[in-house]
Amino acid sequence: MTTLFDPSAAAAQATDAILHDTLHGTARGVVVDSPPGAGKSTLVVRAALELAEAGHPLMVVAQTNAQVDDLVLRLAEKNPELPVGRLHSSDADPYDKALDDLENVRKSAKAADLAGLAVVISTAAKWAHVKADEPWRYAIVDEAYQMRSDALLAVAGLFERALFVGDPGQLDPFAIVGSEQWAGLTYDPSASAVTTLLAHNPDLPQHRLPVSWRLPASAAPLVSDAFYPYTPFRSGTGHDDRRLSFAVPSDGSGPDRVIDEAAESGWGLLELPARHTPRTDPEAVRAVATVVRRLLDRGGAATSERSPDPAPLTADRIAVGTAHRDQAAAVRAALADLGVTDVVVDTANRLQGREYDVTVVLHPLSGRPDATAFHLETGRLCVLASRHRHACVVVCRAGVGDLLDDYPSTEPVQLGTVVKFPDGWEANHAVLAHLAEHRVEWRP
Amino acid sequence: MSLISTLARLEAVSTGRAQPAATVRHRHLSDRPLVFVPLTTAGEAGAPLGALVGTDRDAPRLLVVPQPRDRDLRFAFLAELADVVLPYVDAFAEVVEAAERTETDPETGKRVKVEVDLCADAPQLIVPSRGGIDLVRLLGRSMRFRRTAEQDPEAPYPAPPRVPLLGRWLTHFGERARVPGSSLLLAMTDVLGRHWATGQSTLEDQHLGALLAWIDPPEGLTGAEAALRAELERDAQGQLTCPPAGPATDPAFDNKLLAPAIERYDRARTALAAAEDGLEADDRLGALTAAEREIRDLVRSRTLPTWEKVWQGLDLLRELPEGAHVEERWTRDRWSFTGHRDRVLAGEPPQPRRDDAVTAANKLATREREQARLEAQEALDDLLVMAGRRLSGEAFAGEVTDVVMAYNEGKRPSPRPLVTVRTDDRPHLGERTKVYRSLGGKPQSAEFVGAEEDGGYVVLRILDKMGRGKEPEPGSVPEKGERVCFTLFEHEQRGGAKLPDPEETPWTHGGPPGEATLEAADPVTAEDLL
Repeated sequence: MTTLFDPSAAAAQATDAILHDTLHGTARGVVVDSPPGAGKSTLVVRAALELAEAGHPLMVVAQTNAQVDDLVLRLAEKNPELPVGRLHSSDADPYDKALDDLENVRKSAKAADLAGLAVVISTAAKWAHVKADEPWRYAIVDEAYQMRSDALLAVAGLFERALFVGDPGQLDPFAIVGSEQWAGLTYDPSASAVTTLLAHNPDLPQHRLPVSWRLPASAAPLVSDAFYPYTPFRSGTGHDDRRLSFAVPSDGSGPDRVIDEAAESGWGLLELPARHTPRTDPEAVRAVATVVRRLLDRGGAATSERSPDPAPLTADRIAVGTAHRDQAAAVRAALADLGVTDVVVDTANRLQGREYDVTVVLHPLSGRPDATAFHLETGRLCVLASRHRHACVVVCRAGVGDLLDDYPSTEPVQLGTVVKFPDGWEANHAVLAHLAEHRVEWRP
Repeated sequence: MSLISTLARLEAVSTGRAQPAATVRHRHLSDRPLVFVPLTTAGEAGAPLGALVGTDRDAPRLLVVPQPRDRDLRFAFLAELADVVLPYVDAFAEVVEAAERTETDPETGKRVKVEVDLCADAPQLIVPSRGGIDLVRLLGRSMRFRRTAEQDPEAPYPAPPRVPLLGRWLTHFGERARVPGSSLLLAMTDVLGRHWATGQSTLEDQHLGALLAWIDPPEGLTGAEAALRAELERDAQGQLTCPPAGPATDPAFDNKLLAPAIERYDRARTALAAAEDGLEADDRLGALTAAEREIRDLVRSRTLPTWEKVWQGLDLLRELPEGAHVEERWTRDRWSFTGHRDRVLAGEPPQPRRDDAVTAANKLATREREQARLEAQEALDDLLVMAGRRLSGEAFAGEVTDVVMAYNEGKRPSPRPLVTVRTDDRPHLGERTKVYRSLGGKPQSAEFVGAEEDGGYVVLRILDKMGRGKEPEPGSVPEKGERVCFTLFEHEQRGGAKLPDPEETPWTHGGPPGEATLEAADPVTAEDLL
């Protein structure tokens, strides 16, 4: 006998357990792993509101100003009465202007001005400059897996207990200089904050959000198997809940065929002939731009559980992801040539935490003669392959499979470090194998 | 690898000569560097076989360990090395100048200026290759926890006096070498590779002979031919004519020449020990001396070519004028040297085996700051480096075609002139991207306002460094027709936040590390066969 999986119930159960441990537990920290689109932000907002309601002064640490502003807006949306402090830098335009319209949000560059507010939110970099006589009773650390251990070291003295929330599958934090010297130390400053936290406090309760609300039923199994093999998750929607359709039929070209394949199955691989190319491979870049142009031209409509009526697939619902900034710049230029200006084109690092209906991805290994650790990094592919609600089109040169086999990972083994599973090599193969079933060969 | 360095390497291949990767020298070179060319024994990490060391190109000091497995001989080598290195270091430690430093007053907690000594110059150690830097670190690690007989009469193998001190200094040099842009300890291959692009891979550039063959090929040969010869050519006995720069030696040398010589030395030593009377001992001592001289000659023959090449590399580098910011970075090296000198004088214990959490985080932050600073300064000092940044969209240069005066809104309007720059570069500018130019050595910032349709024109709004008045100070706003160069990266680095003191390490990082204990040298175990 099998019980039917009820995603809402499973997610609610997990959330309740997390909130219970946070509010009533005895441990100094609670760690929550959240797969892509599993409602991490919703959890953070809910935890913040409940802690504030219980009368605990709360500090919230996020990693970027955009994340901080987003959290403030969400908090104000849920509870406009709540007094929130936005601690910001003293640069010009330090925060989103939308915050100025919120009555109960006070903004300041000085922590003292915000003393006594129920919730104070800022970036880790700004918190590091704050000196507090008395620590906050509670803290929430958002995107904790993207926070470096040394950044946590700088702020951990500010709070007594904390809820750490993040996605272990996304890009690890990095240092711009070598840090092998400290590899294997529990407090390696270049490791992620959670790695250090758990190395020193292995008994902290760890939770996991079990349902991805973003990823469609076609994507969740692949992303779960390839990037979260030991902590699987499910999609919150079924195969029939989401549909992508186009008013204009295919013209038979490669880009149109791959769009149809992706609309049908959730995945599409537009494979260009094998070739070693510069990073800004002009043909691949043009192919990416053409796919985006056709997505817009063909009058796409996305049906989902959010509304009974199909929503038009507009430019703001599409994103292009690349590995390098110069590739993003090249795609932007190619899109401008085709008259498309308002589609987001960015690197994996900057797309973290964002969500779109359709994504077009330039494969990190496309056209490369070698597979470096940067291009093999599991998190990079995971971010690129998990931003979409409906479909993901990957543009790639043929031959990546052979490239992977020619370059098995050769990173030096460091004693005392926890080996991260899966490695990029394996995850790349898993994704490639799946994409191969949705391949459209095209010679531009 | 950036596009411009790929281009330079391709040009090196087609012209047969290394191409300049810099127009100025980006590292400080001392007038009196200490060159250190070490060799190690195969099969045991960090067991020295010998070295050439010294500050005089024509009179290197040869140090040899005739039997590298003999602990006493190894200590004798290290003691000799200390006799060369420590007087050299001390000579710099004694000459000081007055300098100011901001410190926190322990009583008031305020930041106050204090007058302190700063060493007027600092020592500089030059090794042939990156492996040499690793060995310096390893030697430092193996020596600094040793105890001399005076410190600990019970120590099983007491170190000669001054050897632990040498270990502390070598550790300091090795640690400082990890800081980007520092010049206390340099590997010649790294410095040459920074200034020239060869037609071979960066891995092959680690061979000092091959690298120099590309930069300065002998008459009648291309760089590729000369490099191949440096790597492979062997004499009639099967020995490389250009021995590797070490510290590892060529296996053919080890097997055919070194091993038999050490064997003869061992036999002569055993024979001497077994001598029954004075006359016999005299004879056998003669044989032992001869065997030892043979090993010394062998070590000299493998280190001398490298020694010459290091000095040749120094000659080549000295032909380049020093970059404008090199002096400033060397001053930081002098501070680092002075700081360690003071710690030694104050009787502090040697550097611990492992950094604590706070020290590690501080070091990482410093190095990242220095890396960003180095990249910015090298571009500002060197048009060729800036060209690379322009090519990758991180900077742009061009002519000012229009200046329109504008003001910001506020009680006291300040000038925010709009400047149009015509450029052939293609910078990655987004809405309100900040850009910087150097104005009298200080960065002036501007923000990107827009670009003309065809992309050849960039409009910027100048934001600062125009004085306090309503009218900008003369010369602070670019004029029509002026050539300007803006970068997308910042020129100066902000200091990071102050981390807690080690004794206040938070619970997330394991809490305070506890009292520092005097660390002992590694204990001798049953597996120590040597």
